[in-house]
Amino acid sequence: MSLQRDVEVLRGVPLFAKIEPAKLKLLAFTSEHIEFLDGEDICKEGELGDAAYILLDGKALVQVLTEQGRVTVATVKKNDIVGEIAILCDVPRTATVTADGRVMALRISKDGFFHLVQQFPQVAVEVMHELAARLHQTTQQLIQSAAGKAASRS
Amino acid sequence: MREQAGRSMESSIYAFVKRYSWRQQLIILGMSAVLLPLNYVTLELPKTIVNRALGENATPHYMGYNFDRLNLLWLLCGLFLAAVVVSGGLKYIVNVYAGIVSERMLRRLRYQLYEHMLRFPLAQFRRTSQGEIVQMINAETEPLGGFVAEAVSTPGLQGGTLLTTLVFIFVQNPILGMAAIALYPLQIYLIPKLQRQVNQLGKLRVQQVRRNAERISETVQGARDIHANDGTRYERARMAQQLGEVFWIRFDIYKKKFLIKFLNNFMAQFGPFLFYSVGGYLVLQGSITLGALVAIVSAHKDISAPWKELLAFYQGAYDVKIKYEQVVTQFMPPDLRRASRLDGDANERLKIETNLKVSKLSLQDENGDVLLENIDLEVELPTRLAVIGPAGSGKEDLILTLAGLHVPTTGKVTIGGRDLEELPEAVLGRAIGFIGSQPYIFAGTIYRNLVYGLMHEPVAPRPNVDEEAYKRDLSESRLSGNTTLDVEADWLGFDELGLTKPAQRRAEVMRALDLALLSDDVYRLGLRGRVGKALSPESVERILEARRLVEERLNQDPKLRRLIERFDQDRYNDNATLAENLLFGTLRGDDFDADHLTQYPYVLETLARTGLDKELMSVGLKIAETMVELFADLPPDHDYYRQFSFIAADDLPYYRALVSRAQPGRLDKLRRADQERLLMLPFKLVETRHRLGLLTEDLKAKVVAARHDFREHLPERLIDRVDFFDPDRLNEASSVQDNIIFGRIALGQAGAQQRIGQLIADIIDELELKPFIIEIGLEAQVGVSGSRLPVAQRQKLAIARAILKRPEMLIVADATGPLDIGEQPQVRDNILKEFEGRTVVWALHQHEWARDFEHVAVMDHGRLRAFGGYDEVMAKIEGPSAAPTGEAANDRADELGNANQSDAAPVAEAADRASHAAEEGEPGGSTQSGEKTSGTARAADSKEQRRREGVPASPAE
Repeated sequence: MSLQRDVEVLRGVPLFAKIEPAKLKLLAFTSEHIEFLDGEDICKEGELGDAAYILLDGKALVQVLTEQGRVTVATVKKNDIVGEIAILCDVPRTATVTADGRVMALRISKDGFFHLVQQFPQVAVEVMHELAARLHQTTQQLIQSAAGKAASRS
Repeated sequence: MREQAGRSMESSIYAFVKRYSWRQQLIILGMSAVLLPLNYVTLELPKTIVNRALGENATPHYMGYNFDRLNLLWLLCGLFLAAVVVSGGLKYIVNVYAGIVSERMLRRLRYQLYEHMLRFPLAQFRRTSQGEIVQMINAETEPLGGFVAEAVSTPGLQGGTLLTTLVFIFVQNPILGMAAIALYPLQIYLIPKLQRQVNQLGKLRVQQVRRNAERISETVQGARDIHANDGTRYERARMAQQLGEVFWIRFDIYKKKFLIKFLNNFMAQFGPFLFYSVGGYLVLQGSITLGALVAIVSAHKDISAPWKELLAFYQGAYDVKIKYEQVVTQFMPPDLRRASRLDGDANERLKIETNLKVSKLSLQDENGDVLLENIDLEVELPTRLAVIGPAGSGKEDLILTLAGLHVPTTGKVTIGGRDLEELPEAVLGRAIGFIGSQPYIFAGTIYRNLVYGLMHEPVAPRPNVDEEAYKRDLSESRLSGNTTLDVEADWLGFDELGLTKPAQRRAEVMRALDLALLSDDVYRLGLRGRVGKALSPESVERILEARRLVEERLNQDPKLRRLIERFDQDRYNDNATLAENLLFGTLRGDDFDADHLTQYPYVLETLARTGLDKELMSVGLKIAETMVELFADLPPDHDYYRQFSFIAADDLPYYRALVSRAQPGRLDKLRRADQERLLMLPFKLVETRHRLGLLTEDLKAKVVAARHDFREHLPERLIDRVDFFDPDRLNEASSVQDNIIFGRIALGQAGAQQRIGQLIADIIDELELKPFIIEIGLEAQVGVSGSRLPVAQRQKLAIARAILKRPEMLIVADATGPLDIGEQPQVRDNILKEFEGRTVVWALHQHEWARDFEHVAVMDHGRLRAFGGYDEVMAKIEGPSAAPTGEAANDRADELGNANQSDAAPVAEAADRASHAAEEGEPGGSTQSGEKTSGTARAADSKEQRRREGVPASPAE
């Protein structure tokens, strides 16, 4: 059953890893499958996103606009998630993701995710843990980077 | 009603009963008093029949006449029957009447409470929870109604009976009379006391049982760890101890409960004991006759029943009295707004002219915290006044006070010399428009919500009124002190705006939608709305025309073609429900729902004939299993049931039981009703949407075959019920969009919605169909508190509502916040342009916007920090704090997290940006973050601006 497979995929995503499978199944059920053809954009830099996508099949290019034009900075493949920040808060997409060949993706909408969080606070707590851990990690990086700079300046 | 609302509520239930129902109470009492002797007769007559007509030494005379025995028997039996009928009939009348009285009083009480609630100051709603208020108005008043019905009659009648009997006994012998009531004081004192203890214990028991439940669920959740740690002995001991607690509480309850019973019985029997002993002694002494003693003993039997009733009433009355007082106190907060707020003179008009003056205005919240402090401000009207300041600066409180929604603690707000506090809402609510952040959207259609600002009073009586019923409702309303305004009347005050013709009204509604940038949203809702039957032939023709154009374009563009799955006689449509696939159409009727399909024997026949029933049943079972699992933990009112479930929340327990009972291989053994409930489920299945993987190619082929069979054998009587998909006709149950594309948009194709949406939009523009579709969209249901609309649309709806109302003065809290960043400035400009020449007061988040306002008030910690023209004010407040605050840095850090994990902008670059931001933003420190929201908004804004302009956030190092 493809629903079951979606649940497995969701469990592989760090943000969702600790959420009960039963709740993930509900999230999977309220999400949808989307097919992208070669060259179609999964998300566009600067646009407000309302969904995250998990690639079920195929690969996609992550590109940003620089003065030299579009530059591919990474490739995402099966079981990777793109744009998950969009389901947590309103920020514009920071990069464009374009299908490289045919891509099947699971689209998790902001609404669907919020419903889940509203209904099951323990889900929110798990997500919060994950985010806080990330924030901590980022802060560490920042401190190191700032310290490095200060050192190089003096 | 006007004076009704002016009254405050009675402080005790007796006062309430006396004030509003004393006449009715007397009537009940009177009727009950008539009942008494009748009852007596029905008790007395059988005795007479036995004694006089049948008895051994019977003397067949009655009421002074002599009869032969048989005739006397007939006569007495006839009298008995008549007495029974009359007393039964009278009882019926008394009961119904008492019921009506209690229901009227209940209605009055609820209405009064509701009216008081409407007079609550807004702060009161923060003090009391919504659930509490609902509970009080609805549930807690319920027992009060029952009490009202017997408030007078029970003490009157039972007390009367008791008293008469006692008098009788006293007349026979005062000593025995004393004996009869000797224990009453003790009973009055002791029994309620004991009863209260029992009630206490009952509460304790409930608590304990709840604790047990917690323990059990803890065991369930922790089963793994209990076993792993060999904790079963300990858990068992703990459970045993808790069950013991319940046992001992129950034990106490039993002891007390039966002690009450014992005491009651004992006291009832104690009377006879005294009669026989004391009375016997007196008889032997010769002070009273034996006959008198016997009469006293039998009379005493008659007083125990009314005495018990009185005791019960006394106990109940105590509870009711307390309950009433509790409820009423909750609805009479000290700062309740004057009744004239609701019912003041509506014919007055407030002119928004000369000046708006705020003098010595202070506002405190319920905890005494100062929200606004000593604000003085004056502007000439009309004008544009911007109020700025960080969150928590008091700017929202200030504009709420300007709108008359907050009551100043001291000081006042006047417009043209009129104190807002003195004006009724009928004047204020029409002259002033208010758009808040998070506006409330009422359940119903979009149109209802749009015109809510015009619905102040009925403007025309309801059409097709049933005079009889209407008059009855009206007089009942009056008798219960409710308002007599008719909710079914026409409330749309368009005339007041000078819009008398339907076409003008329509145009104005469209204009308001346009200004709020809501037209496109409503248009999209219209596309999703059902076509229905009530279409003019012209509209039908135009939709069909659109359908032909779509077909043309699709034929030209194969890429588009892929995005639509059109209806085809010979193919299964993966984007339609199985029901639609089977019928190749829909059922006509307002409530067509796949659920009802199994109600048609012919459908079941077709399934059986084509052998589909067994397969569909096992598909149904699998769906049921999945639904039961998915929706197990969702509360019954969750929106997901409507959106996603195959099973209504109410039916879930049934299917849960069915799933555990049914054996997959042997579904034909199930009861027929169960089979049909299973068959119902697959009908809603849309393969591409639900992804349950249950529809095999083979099954689909069978459905298509069954489709032909279904049509071929369709009986005469059903021909009109089925609305087949037909390229040359509209399908009533389908949406406008589905009718135009004659098929379904393929789910799961990237961008299909947008591209097909664009295609349809182009064609609709060509055919000038848009207004027509918007009108269908206006009838879309918004759901409870507008839940079916996204936040941005709710906000736009509130904006359109305010525009349509055309107030002289518009007060706006951060009304554009929830809108898309790109749409915000346009909506703002539209509002300002629309209100050109009228007064606008706006609490702004974006300081730059204040440039367009004549006056700017800067709020800070509840005080007016600066006031004047934009440049003047900015010069005063700009300065050292212009640098972005710590939050901006956090914002960037967020972006980093985002990039790091997902959207995958180059990590190095993002880190660089973030660290740079952190450097320049650090001085403010994150401690200020709470207060400096405006700074953040500005920073975020400029960030957004830079992004749009394609400028990198930080200069290259």
